[in-house]
Amino acid sequence: MILDRRKMIAGAAGSAALVLLPIPAAATSLHPEVDAALRDILAGRTPREAGIDIDAPAVAENGAQVPVTIRVESPMSAEDHVTAIHIVATANPAPGIGSFHLTPHLARAEVFTRIRLAEEQAFLVLAELSDGRVLQAAARTAVTIGGCTT
Amino acid sequence: MSTPRVRLPRSARAGDEIEVRTLIEHPMHTAVATPEPRDMLARFEARLNGEAVFAFDFANGSAANPTFIFHVRAVPPGDFVFTWTHEDGHSFTSEQSVRII
Repeated sequence: MILDRRKMIAGAAGSAALVLLPIPAAATSLHPEVDAALRDILAGRTPREAGIDIDAPAVAENGAQVPVTIRVESPMSAEDHVTAIHIVATANPAPGIGSFHLTPHLARAEVFTRIRLAEEQAFLVLAELSDGRVLQAAARTAVTIGGCTT
Repeated sequence: MSTPRVRLPRSARAGDEIEVRTLIEHPMHTAVATPEPRDMLARFEARLNGEAVFAFDFANGSAANPTFIFHVRAVPPGDFVFTWTHEDGHSFTSEQSVRII
């Protein structure tokens, strides 16, 4: 029983940590689907806000094609590398944007792709490291024409 | 879906960084906002000399005509295979080699 209660307390602490994600003030609470997507990635781990640089426009003309470059500080060595980078939307019809899978064969933990943003929003980037730690960062992009009409 | 396009240097020194640019024309239709059936790629994978070096799992927020840029360490013989796999299971492959000097 005591163990169960400890687990419940640990679970509650985990939820509190999620609420403290660095979402800009406009998005005061996370949609339950976004929260669930983050929980899936974190699997009980607490992310650290460090080591990720997101290069995305402050204003995107076309929300259907928003260019994003993500750089994570990492030597990308066999012992110490980024294994995955996830992008999660906070105000799209579905939170999933996509997940990169990285290996030490990469020279840098730097990736570029284009994403869809339905409206102005913060999007979250979580990087999983080979030692099990998770880093996170957020960026905010306004869109002139929303990108989720397809 | 049209022929995938991949841009690689012709040659590189062993251990140097190779910039890889990929693009495939695809609508990435989620069926969220319009009635046409869903038409989405599920995964992109890059292999060098048979080993997976980079992959991406697509979701609804992935843009149409998916494009990637990433940087791989050059290892001989420098044979790349790029595969795009649709949610329905069919896939498109592009094979290209970089001469490692």
